[in-house]
Amino acid sequence: MSTRLPLFRITALVFGFAFLYVPILLLIVYSFNKSRLVTVWGGFSTEWYGKLFANQQILNAAWLSLKIASINATGAVILGTLAGLALARFGKFSGRTLFSGMTTAPLVMPEVITGLSLLVLFVAMEQIFGWPQGRGVTTITIAHMTLTMAYVTVIVQSRLSTLDDSLEEAAMDLGARPAKIFFVITLPIIAPALLSGWLLAFTISLDDLVIASFVSGPGSSTLPMVIFSKVRLGVSPDINALASIMVLLVTIGVIIAGILMHRQEVRRQRDMQMAAAAGK
Amino acid sequence: MIAKAQPPSGQRHSAGVQLMLRILQQFPPYRWTQARLLRWGVRGRTAVVAIPYFWLLLFFLVPFIIVLKIAFSETQIASPPYQPLLHWAGEKTLEIRLNLGNFMFLVEDSLYWKAYLNSIKVAFISTLLCLLVGYPISYAIARAKSTWRNVLLMMVILPFWTSFLLRVYAWIGLLKNNGFINNFLMWLGVIDEPIVMLQTDFAIYVGIVYSYLPFMILPLYSNLEKMDLTLLEAAADLGSRPFKSFLTITLPLSMPGVIAGSMLVFIPAVGEFVIPALLGAPDSLMIGKVLWTEFFSNRAWPVASAVAIALLLLLVIPIVLLQRAQSAEAKGAHR
Repeated sequence: MSTRLPLFRITALVFGFAFLYVPILLLIVYSFNKSRLVTVWGGFSTEWYGKLFANQQILNAAWLSLKIASINATGAVILGTLAGLALARFGKFSGRTLFSGMTTAPLVMPEVITGLSLLVLFVAMEQIFGWPQGRGVTTITIAHMTLTMAYVTVIVQSRLSTLDDSLEEAAMDLGARPAKIFFVITLPIIAPALLSGWLLAFTISLDDLVIASFVSGPGSSTLPMVIFSKVRLGVSPDINALASIMVLLVTIGVIIAGILMHRQEVRRQRDMQMAAAAGK
Repeated sequence: MIAKAQPPSGQRHSAGVQLMLRILQQFPPYRWTQARLLRWGVRGRTAVVAIPYFWLLLFFLVPFIIVLKIAFSETQIASPPYQPLLHWAGEKTLEIRLNLGNFMFLVEDSLYWKAYLNSIKVAFISTLLCLLVGYPISYAIARAKSTWRNVLLMMVILPFWTSFLLRVYAWIGLLKNNGFINNFLMWLGVIDEPIVMLQTDFAIYVGIVYSYLPFMILPLYSNLEKMDLTLLEAAADLGSRPFKSFLTITLPLSMPGVIAGSMLVFIPAVGEFVIPALLGAPDSLMIGKVLWTEFFSNRAWPVASAVAIALLLLLVIPIVLLQRAQSAEAKGAHR
C-alpha cells in the first residue's frame, strides 16, 4: 500500500504546502518592494524596514504587546501547571467536573464572547470593589491568562497522563514530601511541555486582537490592534516589513525549541535504554 | 497519588525551630486554626486545586453570569449602559425585572436572523472546504515514511505560530483586484479583466480554510496514523482496489478524526470576526461582526449580550459532537 499511489500523495503535499507557504513568502518578498503599491514590483529596497523602525506608534505597541505576552505566558504556565497537575494526578475531588469543564471551555469559546464577558466583569468589579481602575495592561493580561492557561492545562495534563507515575510513587515511598517530589521529579520531566506551553501562551497573547480590543482602555493599544486599524485602510508596505520580521523571529524560535525538545527526547531515550540495560 | 502522602512532620527542623513550634502549638488560636484548616482539608493539595479553580470561577464563570444578567436588562444611556436587574422596590420587596425585549429584538429584526443563518452557512462551507483540502494532506503525511512525518507535521504547524492577523492580511494582497492572483492570471492571458474576489464570501472561505487548516489536519493525522494497515492489505489480497478500500475501510475508520477536525474548524469559524472584517464585504453579516458592532459602535450592551447568548446556544451541538468524537478517539487509543 505504501508504494501505491505515491503520485497522489506527493501532489497533495506539494499543493498543500504551497497553499500554506506561498502567501507568507509573497508577503516577505513584497516587503522588499520599492513601490508603494504593494503588489506591483518596483525594484529591491529596504526602505519600508527603515520606515517601520521610525514609526513610534508601532514600536510602542510592539513593546506593550511583548510585555503583556511574557507576563501572560509566565502566569498561564503557573496556573495551567497547577490545573493540569490537579486534573491528571488528584483523582476525584469535589467540583472536578465543573473544573475540567472550565479549563477546556475557553478553548472552544468564540473570542467575541470571552472578550465581552470579561469586559462586563471588569466593569462590574470596578463598580463594586474599585479595582481594576480603568482598563489597560492589567485587564488585558488577566484576560489572556484566562484564555491561555487552558492551553497550558491541556498540554500539562496530557503530558502527565502519558507519564508513568512510578517514579513519583517511589519517591513518595522513600518519604519525600509532595512539594519536593513535584520540584525534583515531576517538574524536570514535564519541562519541555512547559516550554511549549509558555511559547504557545506567548504567541496567542501576542496575536490576539479580539479579546484585547474588548478589555483594553485608552492608551493601551496592543500591536494587533494597531495593525488591524492600519490594515482596515488597505495594504501598506511597512506592515509587510513587520510581518516578515515576525515570521523570521517565530521561525527561529520554533526551530530552537524544536532542537531543544528533540535533544531532550534523545537524552531520555538513551537514559531509558541505559536503565533497561543496567536492570538486566 | 502524591497528595495522599502525609508530610513527615517536623523532621527537617532544627532544635530551636522545634521548640518554637512546640510553644506555638500550645497557643489556642494556632490550634484552632490548624484544626479548622485540617478539617477543611487545606493542605498543599488543596492550594493546587484552589488557585486555578478560583481564577476560573472569577474570570470565566462569573463573567458569563453577568452577561446572562445583562442580556435580560434594559438599555440605558449611562455608564454602564444597562439597568440593574435587581431593584429595591419600596422597603423590603426585591423586584426582579426580567426583560425579554433583547431576545425579542433578535427574533423580530431580520438582520440578526440573516447574520445567524449566514454564519452557519459560511462556517459550514468553509469546514467542508477545509476537509477537502486537509484530508489528502493528512493522509499523505500519515502514510509518509516515519522519519518524514514529524518534519511534515511541523511544517503544517509552523504557519500557525505566526500571527493570525498577518496571515489573513497576506490574502488581501493576493485577492485584490490588482492583487497577485489577478495580475498573474492576466499575465497568463486566462482572463482579460480582474475577477472580484476580495470583499466576497469566497474571500472569507479562503481566509477561514487558510487560518484553520492545522486544526483540521492534526486530529485527522493522529487518527489516520493509528490506523491498522493490515486491514488494507487484507482487502487488497481479497481483490479490492485501493480506491474502494479507501472508501470502505479508511474513510469510515477515520470518522472520529473527521468529526473532531470539522468541529475544531466550525466552532471558531461561526464566531469569527477578523476574517469577515478584513476579507469580507463591508455589509457581510456574520454573528461575531454583529456582536462587535452592537458593542463598539452602538454601545448596546444588552443586545450584544443577547447576541452572545444566542451564539453560545448555536455552538452547543457542535461542542457536544466534538467531545463525543474526542472520547471515541481516546477509547480507540486504549484498545
